[in-house]
Amino acid sequence: MSGDSVVSGSGMPGDRPKRTVGRTAAGTRLRRLFEGGLLQGGVQGSPVLRLFLRWVRRPLLPVMRLWRRNIQLRVVATTLLMSLGVVLLLGFVVIGQVRNGLLDAKVRASQSQATGGFAVAKQRADEAAGTNGTATGTTPGTADGSTDGTAGADGRPTQNVIQWMSDLVESLSSGGAGAFDVVTLPVGDDSGGGRSPRGSGNVNPTSSVPSDLRDRVNSGTTAAQSYTRIVYSNGKDAQPALVIGKQVNDPNGRPYELYYLFPLTQEEKSLSLVKGTLATAGLFVVVLLGAIAWLVVRQVVTPVRMAAGIAERLSAGQLQERMKVTGEDDIARLGEAFNKMAQNLQGKIQQLEDLSRMQRRFVSDVSHELRTPLTTVRMAADVIHEAREDFDPVTARSAELLADQLDRFESLLADLLEISRFDAGAAALEAEPIDLREVVRRVVGGAEPLAERKGTRIRVVGDLQPVVAEADARRVERVLRNLVVNAVEHGEGKDVIVKLAAAGGAVAVAVRDYGVGLKPGEATRVFSRFWRADPARARTTGGTGLGLSIALEDARLHGGWLQAWGEPGGGSQFRLTLPRTADEPLRGSPIPLEPKDARRRRRPDGSGTPRTEKRATVPAQQSGGHAPALPPRAPAVPTADPTALPGNGNGARVVPRPTGPVRRPEERPAADPGADAGAVRRESGPREPAGPEDSTEPGEAFRGR
Amino acid sequence: MMSFMKGRVLVVDDDTALAEMLGIVLRGEGFEPSFVADGDKALAAFRESKPDLVLLDLMLPGRDGIEVCRLIRAESGVPIVMLTAKSDTVDVVVGLESGADDYIVKPFKPKELVARIRARLRRSEEPAPEQLTIGDLVIDVAGHSVKRDGQSIALTPLEFDLLVALARKPWQVFTREVLLEQVWGYRHAADTRLVNVHVQRLRSKVEKDPERPEIVVTVRGVGYKAGPS
Repeated sequence: MSGDSVVSGSGMPGDRPKRTVGRTAAGTRLRRLFEGGLLQGGVQGSPVLRLFLRWVRRPLLPVMRLWRRNIQLRVVATTLLMSLGVVLLLGFVVIGQVRNGLLDAKVRASQSQATGGFAVAKQRADEAAGTNGTATGTTPGTADGSTDGTAGADGRPTQNVIQWMSDLVESLSSGGAGAFDVVTLPVGDDSGGGRSPRGSGNVNPTSSVPSDLRDRVNSGTTAAQSYTRIVYSNGKDAQPALVIGKQVNDPNGRPYELYYLFPLTQEEKSLSLVKGTLATAGLFVVVLLGAIAWLVVRQVVTPVRMAAGIAERLSAGQLQERMKVTGEDDIARLGEAFNKMAQNLQGKIQQLEDLSRMQRRFVSDVSHELRTPLTTVRMAADVIHEAREDFDPVTARSAELLADQLDRFESLLADLLEISRFDAGAAALEAEPIDLREVVRRVVGGAEPLAERKGTRIRVVGDLQPVVAEADARRVERVLRNLVVNAVEHGEGKDVIVKLAAAGGAVAVAVRDYGVGLKPGEATRVFSRFWRADPARARTTGGTGLGLSIALEDARLHGGWLQAWGEPGGGSQFRLTLPRTADEPLRGSPIPLEPKDARRRRRPDGSGTPRTEKRATVPAQQSGGHAPALPPRAPAVPTADPTALPGNGNGARVVPRPTGPVRRPEERPAADPGADAGAVRRESGPREPAGPEDSTEPGEAFRGR
Repeated sequence: MMSFMKGRVLVVDDDTALAEMLGIVLRGEGFEPSFVADGDKALAAFRESKPDLVLLDLMLPGRDGIEVCRLIRAESGVPIVMLTAKSDTVDVVVGLESGADDYIVKPFKPKELVARIRARLRRSEEPAPEQLTIGDLVIDVAGHSVKRDGQSIALTPLEFDLLVALARKPWQVFTREVLLEQVWGYRHAADTRLVNVHVQRLRSKVEKDPERPEIVVTVRGVGYKAGPS
C-alpha cells in the first residue's frame, strides 16, 4: 500500500509535466501545421501543391497578419462565430419544438377525422351492400361477393359501385371543405370495377400518395399515416400534407384504399413565420453581440494600445510620456502603474545620465588638471635629461629613469582616460572608407625599429588587393599597432605575420606570432584590464596593461570583433574583424581564428613525434648562432591566400612543409579528413607542447644574452 | 642645425609653473618669450609685445582662450598655437574656428612644441618672387597678397600658405594628410580637422559663395584641389 502510494506519488509529478509537454507539443504541432502548412508553405507534398498553396497564401498573408496583430478583430470575429453557433443551435431547437407541437395537434385532429371517415365509409358500404342484396335478390354471403365479381360483367353492380364510390368520395370530402381531401385507390393493379383512382378537390390521387404508405396500408387492416406532398391536377403548387389511409371494403365486399389527405399549409405558414422571426432575431442578436464585443474590446484595447504606443515612445527616449488616467478601474490602475514605472525609469535614467555626465566631466577635468602639471614636469624632465651628460653618473641615471617613467606615466594616463571615455560612452566613431593596407603599412613601419631590436621580421600577406572598410583610421591603427607591438614583444624574435583578407561583408587583419603563445583560457583573459600573462616578465615590457582592453573597445565601437587564439609554446594569433560598412552586423570573418599552421592542425599525419623534434630544433638552430632571418618554421606559413575563408582552405596547399614538401601533401589527405584519428592525437596532445617549450629555453637564453 | 628666425613668443597661460617652464624651454631655443596669465589682459599684452607667435592656453581665467583667440585674430594674422588638455572635445574645433592655426595637446615634449612653433614661423622667411592665379584670384607669393580684380583680400599667413600650396599645383588633388605635411609641417598623420576647419575659413574669405566653392574645390573621398583658373 505504502509502496503504491509512493509510486503514485512519485508518478504524479512526473506525469504532469509530461502531459503539459504533450499538450504544448500538440499545440505547436497544430500551429505548425496551420502556419507552416498554410502560411509558410512548409508542405512536404508535391511541388504543384506547394505552388498552389503559395499562390493561395499570398493574398491571405496581409489578412493573417492583421489577424495576428489585431486582438480586437480576433475577439469580435470569435464572438460573432460563437454567437452565430449559439443562435443556430437555439433556432434549430426552437423550430423543432414548434414544429412538433404544431404537427402533434394536427395529427391528433386528423386521426380522429380520418377514423370517423373510415367508419362512415364502412357503414356506407354495409348499407349499400344491404340495399344491393335486396334489390338484386341475390343471397348475401361470401360466395355472393365472388359471384358478384364475376357476374359484374353484366355492368349493373359495377355501375353501382362506381357511382357509389364517387358519392362516397364527394360526401366524405364535403365535410372537409379544403381542410382535407379524400382519395380512393384500388388495391394493387386491380383498376377494374370502378376502382380507378379518384380524388376530391383536383388532387392527383396516384402521385399524392407515397407508395410505401400504400404497401403498409395493403399489408394490414389498420390505419397508417405518412407525410407527403399533395400534387394537384389543376396546376396548383404541390403542398405538404399528412396522409392517413386504410383499406376499406366496397359494397361488394372488395377492398379498396381510402386515404385522407390533410394539407399542412397552415402549419407550414406558422412554421415559416416562426423561422423568419427566429432568423431575424438571431441575425440581430449576432450583429448586436458583435457590436457589443467590438465596443467592449475597444474599451479594453484602446488603453492597452495607448499604453503600447506610449511604451514605444518611452523606449525611444521620450521619457516624459505618460498615460492619461481616468476613473478607478483596472485600466486606470494599469495606467497608474505604468506611469509610476515610467516615472521611476525616467528618474533612474536621469540619474544615470547625470552620473555619466559627471563622470565625463570629471574625466575631462582630471585630464586637464593632471595634464597641466604633467606638462611642466615633462618639460622639466626633458630639460634635465638633455643636460644629463654634465651630471655625475647617479644623477644622470636618475634623469634617464625620470624621463622613461614619465613616458610610461603619460601613456598610462592617456590609456586610462581613453578607457574611461569608453566607459562613459563618450567615444565616438568617425568612420570613413579606408584601405586597411595603408593602416597596416603605417603600423608595420612604426613597429620596425622595435622589431629590429628584437630580431623579428614583420611580414605582411594578403595585401595585393585593396582591403577597404568603413572604419575610424585612428582607432584601427591604434588596435593594429597594439597587436603588432605585442606580437613583436612576445614573439621571441621569430617572424610576425600580418595577414589581411576581405570576404563577404567583413574585412579582417590577423597578427600571428610564434612566441610563447597563450595557455588555455588565456585567450579571453588577455583582454582584461591590467591583466598580465606572467607578472615576472611583464615588468620588462613597458605596456600599460590597458592596450588590449582599449583595442577590444575600439573593435566593439566598430561593431567588429577582436579575438585571440594561442597555444602554449606555439605562438598566438590575434584577429581583428570589421564589418565592411559601419552599420552592417558581422556574420563571419574572412580569416579563421585558429591559424592553419597551428600545432593541433599540423599534427594529423601521424608523424607527430618526429615533427615535434624537428620543431624543437628551431630554437636550437637559432641559439647556434646561424642567425637565419627566419626561423625554419616561417616558410611553413605563407598563408598568402587572401580569400581563405574558414573551412575552404586546403591544408595541403596552405601549409607546405619545410622539409619534404612533395611527400607531405600525399600523406595529408589520407590523414586529414579522419577525425577518428583525433583520439590518438588528443592523447598525445598535453604531452606535446612540453617538448618545444622546453627546447625554446635555450633560444630564449641566447636572446637574453 | 638650421638657423631660424629668433621670434618673440607671447605665452598666454595662467599656470605659472608651466609658463615659467615654457619660458625656460623657449629661451633655450633662442626665442624671446613674454608672459600674460589673464585672459582679460592678453590683448593688451599682445598689442604691447607685438609677438611673432602666440602660445595660448584654452582654459584661462577672465576671458577664455577662444575669446582671446578671436580678439587677436580680429586685428592680426599672427600665428596662434593653442595649448589644450582635451584633444577629443569640440574645444579644439571651436578654437580652430576662432582663428588658431594649430594646436598641441598637453602633455607635450619640449621638442614637439619647438617643432610646432618653428613650423609656424618658418614659412615667413622663404620669400620667392612668384605670381600664381587660382580661379579669378591673383596671388603674389613674395608680396604675401591675394587680389581679386585688384581688390586685396586679407588672409592669415596660414591661410595664405594653404592657398599657395593648392595654387602651385592646380592639377593635383591634395589629400588632407599631404596638406598637413606641406602647410603645417606634420610628418605623421595628424588631426585632419585642422585642414577641414582652415579650408572653411579660407573659403569664407576667398569664395564668392562659400556654399558653392570655386577656388578650393572638395574632391569627395580624397581631399581638395584648386579650382580652374
